[in-house]
Amino acid sequence: MSETLLKVRGLKIGATIYPPDEKSRDIDIVHGIDFDLAPGKVLGLIGESGAGKSTIGLAAMAYGRGGVEITGGSVEVNDRDILQSGIRDVRHLRGAEVTYVSQSAAASFNPAKKILEQVTEAAILHGKFSRREAEERAVVLFGKLGLPDPENIGQRYPHQVSGGQLQRCMTALALCPEPDLVVFDEPTTALDVTTQIDVLAAIKEAIRDTGVSALYITHDLAVVAQVSDHIMVLRMGEMVEYGTVDQIINAPREDYTKALVSVRSVQHEEKQPTPHPVLRVEAVNARYKGTSFDVLKDINVELHLGQTLAVVGESGSGKSTLARVITGLLPPSAGKITFAGRELTPDLASRPLEDLRELQMIYQMADTAMNPRQTVGTIIGRPLEFYFGLKGAEKQKRIQELLDQIELGTGFQDRYPAELSGGQKQRVCIARALAAKPRLIICDEVTSALDPLVADGILKLLLSLQKSEDVAYLFITHDLATVRAISDSIAVMYQGAVVRYGPKSQVLSPPFDDYTDLLLSSVPEMRLGWLEEVIANRKMESAGN
Amino acid sequence: MHPILTLVAQRLALGVLLLFAASILIFAGTSILPGDVAQQILGQAATPEALENMRRELGLNEPPLTRYLSWLGGILQGDLGTALTNGLDIAESLGARLSNTLFLAFWAAVISVPLAIFLGLLAVRYKDRWPDKLISGVTLTTISIPEFMIGYVLVYWVSIQFGWFSSVAIINDSMTIWQKLNAIAIPVMVLTLVVLAHMMRMTRAAILNVMQSAYIETAELKGMPMLKIIRKHAFPNAIAPIVNVVMINLAYLVVGVVVVEVVFAYPGMGQYLVDHVAKRDIPVVQACGLIFAAVYIGLNLVADIVSILANPRLRHPK
Repeated sequence: MSETLLKVRGLKIGATIYPPDEKSRDIDIVHGIDFDLAPGKVLGLIGESGAGKSTIGLAAMAYGRGGVEITGGSVEVNDRDILQSGIRDVRHLRGAEVTYVSQSAAASFNPAKKILEQVTEAAILHGKFSRREAEERAVVLFGKLGLPDPENIGQRYPHQVSGGQLQRCMTALALCPEPDLVVFDEPTTALDVTTQIDVLAAIKEAIRDTGVSALYITHDLAVVAQVSDHIMVLRMGEMVEYGTVDQIINAPREDYTKALVSVRSVQHEEKQPTPHPVLRVEAVNARYKGTSFDVLKDINVELHLGQTLAVVGESGSGKSTLARVITGLLPPSAGKITFAGRELTPDLASRPLEDLRELQMIYQMADTAMNPRQTVGTIIGRPLEFYFGLKGAEKQKRIQELLDQIELGTGFQDRYPAELSGGQKQRVCIARALAAKPRLIICDEVTSALDPLVADGILKLLLSLQKSEDVAYLFITHDLATVRAISDSIAVMYQGAVVRYGPKSQVLSPPFDDYTDLLLSSVPEMRLGWLEEVIANRKMESAGN
Repeated sequence: MHPILTLVAQRLALGVLLLFAASILIFAGTSILPGDVAQQILGQAATPEALENMRRELGLNEPPLTRYLSWLGGILQGDLGTALTNGLDIAESLGARLSNTLFLAFWAAVISVPLAIFLGLLAVRYKDRWPDKLISGVTLTTISIPEFMIGYVLVYWVSIQFGWFSSVAIINDSMTIWQKLNAIAIPVMVLTLVVLAHMMRMTRAAILNVMQSAYIETAELKGMPMLKIIRKHAFPNAIAPIVNVVMINLAYLVVGVVVVEVVFAYPGMGQYLVDHVAKRDIPVVQACGLIFAAVYIGLNLVADIVSILANPRLRHPK
């Protein structure tokens, strides 16, 4: 075997984009990247969305997603330039020499086929193993990746296993044909923090045991630091910095890398509770129609004017259900909710306009929360008409004020959502919520889909708006760093119940209950050896496994 | 009980309920039709007394509800009544006609369904290239031309110019299967051309929709050839929409062949219905209507059940 497994020189990648109301045009996504990867090594590719990291990863398989096309340079795998190969050779490379682990295993598994069949498919297709050998190997890999009942789990369908388990199955799928290189494309990003750490440990062990090389793509520097030998920092299709993990984490040279390493500049002093809470949730239970168990069990929380209550927990813990109950989308089966001194009716339809106005929501996916055929001005103007009956110049003036508040200029009024970046879209959603002059905004994972630096900007904006408008936030998130940054009080949820609740300083100080301890210890830390340390010290298993 | 059995049982019950609703609609619809059967049978010269006698004999003076219930009761016992115009038992004459119609529909389906799905798969494989455009163009053309027109064009070319198949599609029991097939060859071609486009386009659209899924990319990154991806990974997930449109077209093959049967003088249900509508023979029209409704409901029921069975989440619950 040669000294370099993967040799990339001057890689250029372009795409055709179709902006609304304009002619389509070609743009460059990656502008000439060089790197080498030695056998058995792991290279971390890190950067924000749009940095071109996934595109580069897929180029190692001579694949361009959507309209993406490799326009120049060379990619050599095992001393063959795969960009010059015919489709037959490329097909034999994919799934045999180079394999791929995607971000969402749930979407990447065919729902109509059994897991084992999909895991062994590539190995059999390329004649690497007989069906029998491939199946035996898959079972060994299932065991190695810590899946329960490795003998039989392959007989299940993808929807019959949990998200964390499916992501391990995807890793088994990639390792089954004994490839030389695996491209991991954000393999743990979609998982809960407590599940991520197990999957991460399993992937790391599998890489070490099989001696395979890997490209590990992620936006989370703390994660990549746990599994890589080297790290390449990318920004807008260009390499910013390349070095060993140790050097990048402990002695970054470039400013951009430094910003990535020390993200979270938001600081927030905890405020004292006031005598009259704006929202009081008392002994609330809730269940979905047609089910026989409570998804919320005896929830008691309070939120004070101008303050932030962070609701934190894994997916399925009931945090979003709590938001649905407060907004009236899901009437509670027991308990009562008091808002601004008056009791809220259980269901949305019977609430007066005033209650609707004072309680607004911001969502995780700003994309789908806006009508793509309305301009920013129309989107923000709608609540102004609906709640205050504003028209004409008055409305224009108010829209302008709101745009100033979210730090976007006049020019944005006539733009469509598709013309905005992710962070700008979320800002428009904030302005729309703010237009109603609410007392309380429920923020459901509003920064989860954003890059760290952009998310940081949104949090700063939310905090400054809280100061000027005296609005309270019910902040739903799974991200503990965010919780630390902005909350005054915290409710930790686990399987539909609040397991820990109080002021931030109290909730985040020991002694911890087992679950809060698990949650806190699972947040990746940007230092070497963190992963092994945490796994060794754990007291309980995540619910996702 | 397995949840899928519950679902299927629900669908079956719903189908029976729908059939009852259809029977009410058919009965009510035919009852408000203008025209008097007694008058039709006895002719313009009939005396009022004779008309009155005739009406009483036919039970036309009874209240509608009574007539409906006795009609329904008869049907539940397999008695579709007697034709007013010729006094024959409807079930008997209809049975022969229905089996002829099903014979024609069966062969049209045997050819058109696999062909449509194959063409759909081919169109996906060569999406936006000439095979795709050719398939779309030809099938769209044939669906746009009226059936009788295609019928006459095929008779002219295939039967008269080339002399391959018979131009008249009259069949009877004394014919061998080959003679029968020879007789219905051209009607089968016409029907195939008419239903092909709809099914092929739905197959294409359903599979293209699935082709956007991330698991198709997974298959591509396994190095699998495109046709194999379409067959192994895309098609199983597109079955539900395809089956739905196939069933609607099968129903059309049974119910909608009136024009084709008339063009080729084929002794099927359609012609039987048309003849008796012209003669205001209400019991026959009602019986045909009910059979057509049953075919529609039955085939759509099958589509529903196949869709349920094709869903792995329902087949293998957590």
